[in-house]
Amino acid sequence: MIEVKNIHKSFGSNHVLKDVSASFEQGKVNMIIGQSGSGKTVLIKCIVGLHEVDSGHIVFDDRDFTSMDYKQRKNVRKEIGMLFQGAALFDSLNVEENVMFPLNMFSDMPREAKIDRVNFCLDKVNLENVNKLFPSELSGGMKKRVAIARAIALNPKYLLCDEPNSGLDPRTSILIDNLISEITKEFNITTVINTHDMNSVVEVGDKIAFIFRGQLWWEGNHLEILNTDNKEVNDFVYATELMKKIKK
Amino acid sequence: MLGFLKELGMYFILLGKVFKRPDKGKLFRQQLVFEIDKIGLDSLGIVVIISIFMGGVVAIQTAFNIDSPWFPVYSVGFTVRQSVILEFSPTIVSLILAGKVGSRIASEIGTMRVTEQIDALDIMGVNSANYLILPKVVAAMLINPLLVIISMFLGILGGWLASTFTGLVMSAHYIYGIQLDFSAYDVFYALVKTVVFAFLITTTSSFKGYFVKGGSLEVGKASTRAVVQSSILIILFNLILTQMLLA
Ligand SMILES: Nc1ncnc2c1ncn2[C@@H]1O[C@H](COP(=O)(O)OP(=O)(O)OP(=O)(O)O)[C@@H](O)[C@H]1O
Ligand SMILES: [Mg+2]
Repeated sequence: MIEVKNIHKSFGSNHVLKDVSASFEQGKVNMIIGQSGSGKTVLIKCIVGLHEVDSGHIVFDDRDFTSMDYKQRKNVRKEIGMLFQGAALFDSLNVEENVMFPLNMFSDMPREAKIDRVNFCLDKVNLENVNKLFPSELSGGMKKRVAIARAIALNPKYLLCDEPNSGLDPRTSILIDNLISEITKEFNITTVINTHDMNSVVEVGDKIAFIFRGQLWWEGNHLEILNTDNKEVNDFVYATELMKKIKK
Repeated sequence: MLGFLKELGMYFILLGKVFKRPDKGKLFRQQLVFEIDKIGLDSLGIVVIISIFMGGVVAIQTAFNIDSPWFPVYSVGFTVRQSVILEFSPTIVSLILAGKVGSRIASEIGTMRVTEQIDALDIMGVNSANYLILPKVVAAMLINPLLVIISMFLGILGGWLASTFTGLVMSAHYIYGIQLDFSAYDVFYALVKTVVFAFLITTTSSFKGYFVKGGSLEVGKASTRAVVQSSILIILFNLILTQMLLA
């Protein structure tokens, strides 16, 4: 479980996160939703320590991340897998080397075992025969899948995804969402997904946090979000004609 | 001024992160070999060409300028040797490398920054500054002196080629000149300069790339700035080191 307690984050005079508290549960797909610019990416980057919070606490299973030094954080980070908006694969490494990178860095497995692990992870994301391709030779959806494989290579306890399906077609999006959801359940991971895609929310969201103007505005599950009478949530959920029709 | 001080502070903080023990020695050695190849061997061609021509030009210019009975002909060889060893090889070659290697480093690291690859490293718990920058710095500090030594030989050879082919100086006179009053300390001084320049080029360009904000436009700007600033630093430190080591 990851707990976020009363965090504040400003950039200069721009107060982005205002006293946000939320908890993200193990074995569940926890979603952070909200409009563009509401602070979702900043929140997820605060959770993993890419941004320092101004005040408040981030707690990974009773370990207070905010008060840790670099070394202690490093140990927690080995348990975190993160999927970036643009996949962030290492350009100079091929698919196999990308997925193997965390293993090379943090494990003393023999080479055969590493290759087995890489193939296992690539298999999990339904990628075959791409081991020797470079990121520039992959499609957007494939890149995301390789990035997921890399994120789960070290058996993470926490998986954080920043807009896993931005820039993907609806079918591929659902595929990626389901993949993340399956992996979450299978390995009992605490997964946090940051999205503004209502499809994913309805499809795989076990627990949903709605961020509005830098504040945690609403929390619930994917059934509740369709029937809440919270105005801002409704405005967000039923922003498209399609969703309005579905509601009727 | 305040901006400059802030930047200087950030530069030293970054160096603090860079000069740590690598997370994994084996990976560091792999990266080091890779960078030596990229910085060293890739630059060999340009160093060869520039050095030969540089030596040749110095020889011809000296030969024309000492067209007076007061100067012995062998001073052409002597002048070529001194200028190549003391100045041309270490400084000009470093300036060329600042352009070639500096821009590559800044754009490579800058691209990794804007595509979140550096964030990805940090998230994994890798010291990204150390992992990306240290191999480049060490590689350049090892390989640049070698390039400069090669350049010295080729520069002097270029002078000989130019002298004998144009018939301005006889081979024997040139060779007598390049052996006259040779001091090993000059080579030492040149190599110290080279190592310092290598450090300046790689750290400055890495710094420019590491703190890029924005997109590919900013990466381009950072890479230009890396070249300009490393060149200025080279010229500045050339003066300081010359004052310290030769005066
Ligand atoms: N590194 C930064 N420096 C300064 N301001 C930032 C930085 N990152 C984000 N911001 C600001 O924080 C606010 C929230 O940005 P954030 O990227 O979290 O939005 P988001 O909810 O992820 O939007 P989107 O759905 O478009 O990705 C914006 O006003 C942005 O300008
Ligand atoms: Mg975002």
